[in-house]
Amino acid sequence: MLIEAGHFALALALGLSVVQFLVPLWGARANDATLMSVGPPAAIGVFALVLFSFGVLTFAYATSDFSIVNVVANSHSQKPFIYKLTGVWGNHEGSMLLWIVILALFGALVAVARNAVPPKLRANTIAMQGLVTIAFLLFLLITSNPFERLSPAPFEGQDLNPFLQDPGLAIHPPLLYIGYVGFSITFAFAMAALIEGKIDAVWARAVRPWTLTAWGFLTLGIAMGSYWAYYELGWGGWWFWDPVENASLMPWLVGTALIHSTIVMEKRDALKVWTILLAILTFSLSLLGTFLVRSGVLTSVHAFAVDPDRGLFILGILIFFIGGSLALFAWRAPMLKQGGIFAPVSREGALVLNNLFLTTACATVFIGTLYPLALESLTGAKISVGAPFFNATFLPIVVPLLLLLPFGQVIAWKRGDVAGITSRLYVAAGLAILATIAVYAVTFGGPVLAPLGIGLGVFLVLGAFNEVATRARQGGSGGLAHAAKRALGLPRSTWGTVLAHAGVGITVIGVAATAWSVERIVSMTPGDVQPIAGYEARLEGVFPRTLHNYNEDVARFTLLHDGREVGRLETMKRIYPARGMATTEAGLRTFGFSQVYISFGEIQPDGSLGVRLYYKPWILLIWIGSVIMALGAALALTDRRYRVGAPVRAKGGPRESGPRERGSPTRRPAAGGATSAVPAE
Amino acid sequence: MRALSATFASLAFAAMLALAAPAMALGPDEILDDPALEERAREVSKGLRCLVCQNQSIDDSDAPLARDLRTLVRERIEAGDSNDQVVEFVVDRYGDFVLLRPPVNAYTIMLWVAPTLVLIAGATGLALALRRRRIAANAPTAAALSAEEEAALEKILERERG
Repeated sequence: MLIEAGHFALALALGLSVVQFLVPLWGARANDATLMSVGPPAAIGVFALVLFSFGVLTFAYATSDFSIVNVVANSHSQKPFIYKLTGVWGNHEGSMLLWIVILALFGALVAVARNAVPPKLRANTIAMQGLVTIAFLLFLLITSNPFERLSPAPFEGQDLNPFLQDPGLAIHPPLLYIGYVGFSITFAFAMAALIEGKIDAVWARAVRPWTLTAWGFLTLGIAMGSYWAYYELGWGGWWFWDPVENASLMPWLVGTALIHSTIVMEKRDALKVWTILLAILTFSLSLLGTFLVRSGVLTSVHAFAVDPDRGLFILGILIFFIGGSLALFAWRAPMLKQGGIFAPVSREGALVLNNLFLTTACATVFIGTLYPLALESLTGAKISVGAPFFNATFLPIVVPLLLLLPFGQVIAWKRGDVAGITSRLYVAAGLAILATIAVYAVTFGGPVLAPLGIGLGVFLVLGAFNEVATRARQGGSGGLAHAAKRALGLPRSTWGTVLAHAGVGITVIGVAATAWSVERIVSMTPGDVQPIAGYEARLEGVFPRTLHNYNEDVARFTLLHDGREVGRLETMKRIYPARGMATTEAGLRTFGFSQVYISFGEIQPDGSLGVRLYYKPWILLIWIGSVIMALGAALALTDRRYRVGAPVRAKGGPRESGPRERGSPTRRPAAGGATSAVPAE
Repeated sequence: MRALSATFASLAFAAMLALAAPAMALGPDEILDDPALEERAREVSKGLRCLVCQNQSIDDSDAPLARDLRTLVRERIEAGDSNDQVVEFVVDRYGDFVLLRPPVNAYTIMLWVAPTLVLIAGATGLALALRRRRIAANAPTAAALSAEEEAALEKILERERG
């Protein structure tokens, strides 16, 4: 009965989201405040209904209700409780439901947010979010009902895919989905702007918190997936240029471009049309990712939901939204008023360059991912596009972008001067070069390019903090304490920028350091000691163990450093009998930012154990950097300009120290702006 | 989506495990005694696709087929083939599909030049847009005023200065 209620709630939600779509849209058109005011309660209602439905499915999983096909196919009574819960989104139907819950959540958040969004813009945005919700609810109800019953109910379920029974993958999908689906709100805002034919700095300010939220979560989601791949797949790689990874990287790249172009729009009222296009592209790429992954076109042999009906349905949604939004864009965009202009060498120019590189990087990933598909369907020729292609094409685009990043951060709005920029960065650049030389000296005879990578990372980190240092010093005399006070008094969005950019630098350092990772593939018997990069690993023994819903062979190691014991670790090979599947759990031991990584291999013909030993110097920096990037987004979100419920503008703005932060869009032509050739601080 | 990718990867993995005795990504028994030859074998292996996997190199893959290919690569290297000869040998049998870095030919030329083309097109578009905008922004102030308006403006400015 409860199950049917959950199903019925989805149908109700569909009906209500039609209301959420039509009524506010009509209200905004007719300028009727009453009709527009229907939007928020409808959006909240839709969210409540899908949340209830999600709760019902979770309850079914928690109680192992094997009368539901979905639970039978993805759960097991002996499964640890936490994985019973996370199993809800470990399958096509459940993850689609989670997707819709987040979609409705964002709609409801826009409905309740008290930040200054003009009523018409809010009404149209809620309506557009309703339209997206309609499409996905239809998809779920027609092709992927999570509440389908099974009679007679079996006594035991088929278990969740063992790879998903892992803490990393338990929280990875929700993070990623908040990222993906978060961009639907930006999309809805863009559509609303096009419908109304009005877009300005107010729009940019209204959109920015949502974009930041989505981007932060997407960053965390991708990082989590990468870390999972690192420890679970057993060979210590962290990015594989796998099509499905690429599907998440593309919206991230364009979303990053979007965050930056919105700044230009907010501060200088420029790049409006481009920003709208980016908003459309970002969500389109999120949809494309969904299509690629769920239709099975990329992975024809082993897809999550190899079902042509589902693939076609998502393709339909994809064409409707991408085609529809681009058509609306083509029709309406020329009517949008162009904003402020700027010199090529200026903050705006730098951000445009950022956008150019990021979108080109995204295009490269897009082409590399889809080219084999297109080629095969057009000519029948089969090719593979793997990591070597992406490394050869993606890096030459991203490295210049990273090199230019610190310059962009110190350049003035409207018109910058090259001399001024250089003089502000020579300390950071000098230290980065010194770091590079030092790394070369220490690792002489080692990798050639990696020290440059470290230098680049150092440059990025120092460049990021350079902004704070410069602005703190500009308070004039007053000593260090005064400068520190000034630095702390800088707007949080400035600190957010600093953190996010420093995070990029830290990730770059971590990536570069992988060049020094050490790998050894050996066979060991208990008591054997194998050296690995300054440490020694002693195999204590191999023994079987039965836990929960799996059996495992455990290899226990002791790590020694200079003959002293510094740690223990276990690596396992697990067999999940319900599915007859095996997984390898790597043994990790962290020393600072570095890790010793041991992976269980095969029992060799002579009875010894095959083992992979790695030393991964500074590897954790890759993910720490990503988390810092996301923290930067979070910090920027708490800036009072974006805080939900806070007054729109800081009073008098003593904390906001210059035209850059004041965010007052100027519409004066460039001639009038020549006076601001001094760096805008 | 990574979750899904994981599922795919794991399903492939499961299929392999079900089909054959589990094999590991490069085991200690496969490694050549000569470290220089082994290093070359690793390098070659990293560029060859495991044909039954999703975008994995044979060096990373657990599939039995990947193991067979790794063994083949090592045999050819021990027999005295150069790296290119080994790759050629494998491509002759399995086609370009086996190369993770697609060769430049009529089929793939667009793939290789596309990123550069996108960058050039984007940069050109930007430069044009920027120029058009600047001209448009400058034009009205220069051309829109008639002689009478100029005179009127001059009068106002006079008053201001005075």
